[in-house]
Amino acid sequence: MSTETSSKHQLHVLPVSTYLGVGAALLVLTGITVWVAQFHFGEWNLIVAMAVAVTKAILVALIFMHLLWDNKVYMVIFLSSILFLGIFIVLTMFDTLRRDDIYDYVDKPINPNAIIYQIDSTKTPAASDSTAVPPGPAH
Amino acid sequence: MNHAAEHPTHLAHHFADMEQQKESAKLGMWFFLLTEVLTFGGLFCAYAVYRAWYPEMFSNAHRELNVMMGTINTVVLITSSLTMALAIRSMQIDRKNQTMWYLFFTFLLAGTFMVIKYFEYTHKIHVGQLPGKFYSFEGIEGSNPHIFFSIYFMMTGLHGIHVLGGMCLIAWLMYKTRKNTFSPEYYTPIEMTGLFWHLVDLIWIFLFPLFYLIG
Repeated sequence: MSTETSSKHQLHVLPVSTYLGVGAALLVLTGITVWVAQFHFGEWNLIVAMAVAVTKAILVALIFMHLLWDNKVYMVIFLSSILFLGIFIVLTMFDTLRRDDIYDYVDKPINPNAIIYQIDSTKTPAASDSTAVPPGPAH
Repeated sequence: MNHAAEHPTHLAHHFADMEQQKESAKLGMWFFLLTEVLTFGGLFCAYAVYRAWYPEMFSNAHRELNVMMGTINTVVLITSSLTMALAIRSMQIDRKNQTMWYLFFTFLLAGTFMVIKYFEYTHKIHVGQLPGKFYSFEGIEGSNPHIFFSIYFMMTGLHGIHVLGGMCLIAWLMYKTRKNTFSPEYYTPIEMTGLFWHLVDLIWIFLFPLFYLIG
């Protein structure tokens, strides 16, 4: 072991209180999101739950995963995965929700002989009305 | 320069120094985590599409999930992330006994998560809330409730497989720590497993509200 190499390793050691603080914050946020979910605010339930989840995710990524102090290239890699996930979901939603703005949307099963549809029509009472048909988007 | 004398034990031949070796490992790990985000991303996309198509069915079906068990599992997984982070910190300051204990707690909490998941799954299998053609439950209003459970089992199932994988890695780390493999100069496997474990926690942070709370 040379002193030269060990002096190069300036290990970044966080105080235990930082970890405990983040852990406590994550538990409190979990409590908040469970508590808020009892009330019904319509669309706002989704927004509040996702805002809390994103806050928790940022805490975990920045502090537990050490992104705040590490080489920023890791942050870029991580953010690019989120970016492409966003593109993936947003463009898919544009397609599936707005398709009937362009042409008449005709509901029909992709594969009418699919085994799920046959079982559904005999077993699930609520599904007897055109189980096979994905509903068009709400108008 | 006397190469043999200077060479740290765990430095592979193709790296200039320990610093470069560790940074390379981290770079590879983050690319792997990127592919993990995209793997789960496909399932999150399926969730978004079907939730948009069948909002009422999702709302009715999500009430079948046990919020209490989901909340306990969230607390368990967050605590395990904390103990994992502390295990790394203990190794940084050369307290191997502490690392051992923290790894042990992390493993125990991961096991607790899987046991609770087992009870949830058993109940659903018992009442027939199963994916696709195996679905036979009759108490949920709205069309195609089997889709909710297909997505539920795929997402929590893939996540559960990750938890089991993480448990194997943590057990291996405990074995290596016992054998005195790690030191403040070399603890890369603990740090990489930590990154993986935090990602598993991150994914659960999103799965929990999406399935248990807002359906």
